[in-house]
Amino acid sequence: MSAISPLRGCAAIVGASLGGAPMAPGRSALEILGEAVHGALADAGLKLSDVDGLFTGSSYHFLAGLSVAEYLGIKPGFCEATMVGGSSYVSHLLTAAMALHTGQCEVALICYGSNQGSGFGRLKSMAEVPLYEAPYAPRYPISSYALAAARHMHQYGTTREDLAHIAVAARRWAQLNPLAHARDPLSIEQVLAARMVSDPLSVLDCCLVTDGGGALVLVKSERARDFPKPPVYVLGAAAATWHRQIASMPDLTVTAAAESGPRAFAMADLSPKDVDVLELYDAFTINTLLFLEDLGFCAKGEGGAFVRDGRIAPGGVLPVNTNGGGLSCCHPGMYGMFLLIEAVQQLRGEAGARQVADAQVALCHGNGGVLSSQVTALLGTVATV
Amino acid sequence: MTAHSTGQPFAGPGPDAQFAAALAQGCFQIQHCAACGQHVFYPRALCPHCGSAQLGWVKASGAAQVYSSTTVRRKTEAGGDYNVALVDLAEGPRLMSRVDGVPPEQVRIGMAVQARVIDDPAQGKLLVFVAAAQSES
Repeated sequence: MSAISPLRGCAAIVGASLGGAPMAPGRSALEILGEAVHGALADAGLKLSDVDGLFTGSSYHFLAGLSVAEYLGIKPGFCEATMVGGSSYVSHLLTAAMALHTGQCEVALICYGSNQGSGFGRLKSMAEVPLYEAPYAPRYPISSYALAAARHMHQYGTTREDLAHIAVAARRWAQLNPLAHARDPLSIEQVLAARMVSDPLSVLDCCLVTDGGGALVLVKSERARDFPKPPVYVLGAAAATWHRQIASMPDLTVTAAAESGPRAFAMADLSPKDVDVLELYDAFTINTLLFLEDLGFCAKGEGGAFVRDGRIAPGGVLPVNTNGGGLSCCHPGMYGMFLLIEAVQQLRGEAGARQVADAQVALCHGNGGVLSSQVTALLGTVATV
Repeated sequence: MTAHSTGQPFAGPGPDAQFAAALAQGCFQIQHCAACGQHVFYPRALCPHCGSAQLGWVKASGAAQVYSSTTVRRKTEAGGDYNVALVDLAEGPRLMSRVDGVPPEQVRIGMAVQARVIDDPAQGKLLVFVAAAQSES
């Protein structure tokens, strides 16, 4: 066996909270962030003045680390605002573990807030105009995902009905989550009949646009058992970066999760069979299918069959996106934070009606850009360290 | 076909400006790397395959194949549905464009297409593709 990474289990989440999800009309992005930070610190039994490491990112604040530190009234000795899109907060989990391990900070705060749902009603970002794509007016970002879905269908015979099973599974989980935004019953037929946006994806293959924020507090694992809640340990994490624009993606049926996943599993000394619950960044239905394949839960091309007939829904063989996901729970523009908070709730046994029995290991997989940044993290209970 | 001189790769207008100037003359050109022999699109200062700055221009053959395609839905009064495609050039690079001359839903993955530089009413010279057989007529 290869040497275990010194980062395996070196840090733990001791505080977690949502804020303003799924809708907080009249509240700003930083106000929503503030609510989440207040909740996460209370969860950990810590004060804002204890925080000396800040990890954040925003679609609105060009200098997010500065804006958030100032807003919170903190002077962090270590500030990290890597921006790789919706996966950023999963990426921050890795850098927070590194910063804690190397003594750059003692209390790491990862936080996010957004009011895209009530404030704008659509996705808003600071992204530059893509010079060589803009003349053709792809709808951003859905057309890029549609091109990936079309190619997967062409190569592997995947169908719109396969993707509809993913949307329906997410909805069934959302129906068990009182905080989920979309909880009405949803059928395969309804998804197939929904208004097309960019073929082969319809409006019901798309994530929601909501408000929401979240915050996590991490400390070194030596201290982690001194806090009120059961610690959730960072067992492994890895990021992979292959492209920015969809035309530069080498193979539209294989995401960089095929690299980040194996590296995260290697750090954690785990394999897919060890995972009890999965939180996959489902900006669109095709994401869930691609990530199940690329992370090793089924073979390439078999994702369509894998997700059918409730296999990833409540009561299925593999619990995926147990909060309802970006498709049915919330999606305030960058969803990565919500993967982590749901995993924490599952591993603490706090997930109520949607609780996965005896969940010990959770996989969180973040996606940023247009299937661009891929970041995988494995979290575990004290029994896994 | 030989590449332009690559003697001073970082002098004068850069690759984006050179590409745009050629396109404005109706010419679709791509870069060719003298060091590794690969073709490059979109225009770069460094070859993304090998890191060399020895990139020159060649006229693209225009021969290509549709790698993937989507119909973007739009209200009829706003102009109706339209195609967005990824095409693989015969020389290797993949780019985003659209296929003209057939209804958007009839653009098929794998179909042979040929580049055309058209006069777009809104955007001026624009690189698009048409079905290969159609281009021979």
